[in-house]
Amino acid sequence: MSALLEVRQLTKRFGTLTALDHVDFDLLPGEVHALLGENGAGKSTFMNLLYGLLRPDSGSVSLEGVSYQPASPKDAVLAGVGMVHQHFMLIPALTVAENVALGDEPRRGFGIDLGSVEKKLAELAAEYHLEVNPRAKVADLSVGLRQRVEILKAFYRRARLLILDEPTALLTPQESQQLFRAVRAFQERGISVIFISHKLDEVQALSGRVTVLRRGQVVGTLTTDQTSPAELARLMVGRSLAPPVRPPSRPGPALLEVRDLQAQGLGPLGFQVRAGEILAVAGVEGNGQEALIAALAGWSRSQGEVLLDGRPLGRLGVRARAEAGLGLVPSDRQEDGLVLPLPVRDNLALRAYHRPPYSHSGVLDLPYWATHAETLVREFDVRPPDRRAPAAALSGGNQQKVVLARELAASPKVLVVSQPTRGLDIGASQFVYSKLLDLRAAGKAVLLVSLDLDEIFALADRIAVLYRGRLMGTVPSESATREGIGLMMLGQEA
Amino acid sequence: MNVLANSELWASTLALAIPIAYAALGGVMSERAGVVNVALEGMMATGAFAAVAVSAWSGNAWLGVLAALLCGALLSMLFAWATVYLRADHIVTGLAINILATGATGFLFNALYGPLGTPSNTPSLPRWVLPGIDQIPFLGKIVGHHEALVYLFFALLIALAWIFRRTATGLRWRAVGENPKAADAAGVPVLRVKFWAVVSAGAVAALGGASLSIGSLNSFSPHMVAGRGFIALAAVIFGAWAPLGAFLASLLFGFATALAFQLQSVSNIAKNLLLMLPYLVTVLALAGLVGRTSPPAADGQPYDPGR
Repeated sequence: MSALLEVRQLTKRFGTLTALDHVDFDLLPGEVHALLGENGAGKSTFMNLLYGLLRPDSGSVSLEGVSYQPASPKDAVLAGVGMVHQHFMLIPALTVAENVALGDEPRRGFGIDLGSVEKKLAELAAEYHLEVNPRAKVADLSVGLRQRVEILKAFYRRARLLILDEPTALLTPQESQQLFRAVRAFQERGISVIFISHKLDEVQALSGRVTVLRRGQVVGTLTTDQTSPAELARLMVGRSLAPPVRPPSRPGPALLEVRDLQAQGLGPLGFQVRAGEILAVAGVEGNGQEALIAALAGWSRSQGEVLLDGRPLGRLGVRARAEAGLGLVPSDRQEDGLVLPLPVRDNLALRAYHRPPYSHSGVLDLPYWATHAETLVREFDVRPPDRRAPAAALSGGNQQKVVLARELAASPKVLVVSQPTRGLDIGASQFVYSKLLDLRAAGKAVLLVSLDLDEIFALADRIAVLYRGRLMGTVPSESATREGIGLMMLGQEA
Repeated sequence: MNVLANSELWASTLALAIPIAYAALGGVMSERAGVVNVALEGMMATGAFAAVAVSAWSGNAWLGVLAALLCGALLSMLFAWATVYLRADHIVTGLAINILATGATGFLFNALYGPLGTPSNTPSLPRWVLPGIDQIPFLGKIVGHHEALVYLFFALLIALAWIFRRTATGLRWRAVGENPKAADAAGVPVLRVKFWAVVSAGAVAALGGASLSIGSLNSFSPHMVAGRGFIALAAVIFGAWAPLGAFLASLLFGFATALAFQLQSVSNIAKNLLLMLPYLVTVLALAGLVGRTSPPAADGQPYDPGR
C-alpha cells in the first residue's frame, strides 16, 4: 500500500535549537499512527509543520505522492489535513454549526445557510459516531463534546488526515472510550490519524504503529503490538524508568488532622496525615477534590476542625495558614499557582514577599529575591534557567517546578499537592515524585490529591477515596488493589 | 405625572435618543469585532461637522449625510489602522482620535465660517410624516413625524441585527471579537475583518453626528456632541453588546435628557442640576449593570497573528 503522507528528512531550527532533526515519517491510508515523545521532543513542532503553522528549514513532505508545502492552516485544510489542537480552537459564544461553518460559510443570497451546515453535521455524526446538537452553544458543551465539534470541523472540510494532539488530556475515562470508538470508525472509512500522546496505554490501545521522538530525532518506528510499554518508555526518555524508590514508611505523629470538615459539596469527613507519610486522596474528578483543597488552603469557609501539628487553623486566612506551615501546590498551576506575566523571580517570592528576608519594613529586598531565585532555579533545574523570564514563557513542567520550589522553600510541615503531574511529561513527573518522596523522608506530611492511579500507587502510603464529597474509606497502599480502589471511586464498598 | 402623559416628552425622547443610538450601533459593530471604541465621540463630531459643511456648500442635506458617512469612515480608518494593524492600545488611541476630531472640527469650523457660525441658509434634513400613523392619537404624535434620519435608523437597526445573526460577515465579526486565534485557524482573515468592522462602525457613528447637526438643527458648534459618544459607549455596555439592546439603552438616555428639558418648565429645580440627569443615569446604569453582562471575550485585545 502506498503511503498517504511521506515525510523525508524534515528539519526545523529555532535559532541554535534544532527542534526537528531529519525526521522521516510515513502514514498509510486508514492507519492510526501514534507519535510519542516527552514535552519538548518536537511533537508539536512536527504537527505545526504539517498544519502550515511553521515552515521547515529543509526536507520534504508529500501527500498522496504530491509535494505538500502548506503556508498556512488554510492550505493544510484545502489539502485535506485537519488538526484538533490540545487547546480547542472554538468560539464558546457561537453555536456548534456556526463554529463549524466559520471561515467556509455556505451562502444563500446575502445570508449564511446554516441549515445546510446542520444537515451536513447530522450526516457526519451518523457516519463517525460524533453526535452533537448543532444549535447548542459551544460554551454549554462538556470538554468531550467540544472535542467532537473540533473533529466535526475537520471532517466538514473533508479532512482525510486527522491530527489529534493529546486528545485525551482533558477527557474523563468514559469520554476517552467514546473518542477511541470514533477513531476506529474513522479508520474503517479510510481516514488516517496521527495520534500524539505521552500516555503509553492509549498508544497501545489505539495505534497500529508508533514513532518515538526524542530531542527532535526519530528514535524508532515500531509496530505497536510487537512492543511493550517498557520498551516505549525507554525509547522515549532514553533510559529505563525505574519506579520511584519508596523506602518503608516510619510514620510519626499526625501533622495534619481533619475532623468533621464540611463545606459546600464536601464532607463531613475526617482523616490524619502523619509525619513521614504520603496520604493520597483518590477519586473521579468532581467528587469534592477542589472543595477539599479550598477548605484546607483557607480559600473558602468551612466547618469542622483542621489541626496543623496540633494547632487549630480555624478561621485563619490563606497567609496565616501558610505561616503556620501549610504548603500548597494547587491543581491549576496557571490559575492558582502562578502569576503568569510576572517573572520567575517574583513568582518565587509570592508567598513570603511581605516579611524578612524578602522585605524589610515594607521595602522589597530585590537583590535578595534575585539571589534566592537564582538558587532555586538551579536547585529545581528550571529551564530556561532565567529568573527574569515570565512564568508564562515556561513549559508546564517548568511552571510546576517553580510552584514546587516556592512552596518547599518555605519548609512547610504539611504539603498539600493536587494533581502535581497533570500535563507533565515523564521526566518532569519523576522530578516531582522525587521531591515529594524527599519531603516524606524528611519527616513531613504530604497530602496528595490525584486523579491518576499510577501516581497514587507509586507514591502513597495510604489511599483515601473521595466519592461525592465523602471518604469511602482509607486503605494502606500495600494491601490496596486497583480494582478495589476503582470500585470505591464509583461509590461501592470494596 | 402630567409630565409623563405629555406626548411631547416621548417624541423628544426618541429624537434625542437617535444620535446616541447611531453611535451606539457603531460601538456594537466595533466591539463585537473586538475593538473597544472610545472614539465614538470623535466620530460623531466629525460626522456633525462634515454634514453641515457639505450641506451648506452643496445646498443638499443628503450630500451632507453622505459626507458624514465618508468622513466617519475615513477617520475610523486611522483608528482601525492603529488599533488593528499597529496593535496600539484601544483606549489611548480612541482618546487621541477624540482630541484630534474635536480640535480639527473646531478649527475648520472657525476657519470656514468665522464668528458668524453656520450659514443660516444651510439646508437641514426633511421631516418625514408617516401618513396614517401620524393620525393615531397620542402614538402618532410620538412617532408620526420626525426627521428622516430617525426613520432610517430603524432600517439600519434591522439590517444590522440581520447581518450579525444571519450573514457570513456578521459571523466573522463575532468570531474575531470572541477568539481571533480560532477564527484565524478557521481561515478567517482576522485583521481585515476587524479593520472593516471598525471602519463601518465609524461611518455609522458619524451618522449620529449628522443627525445632531443637520437633523434636528441646521447648525454646528464645536463641542456640540457634548459627551454623547461616551453615553453611546455606555449604551453599548448597558445594551449587552447587541444592536437592539444598544438602541433600548439609548432610549433610556434619550428619556433622561427629554425629562430634564420637560422638568425645567414645570419645576423650579436648578436647570444645571436637571441637565446632569442623562449623565447621572449613565453612571447609575453602568454601576448597576456592569459585571452582569459580559463583553465579547477578546474585546480590547490587539491580535497578533504571529503569536
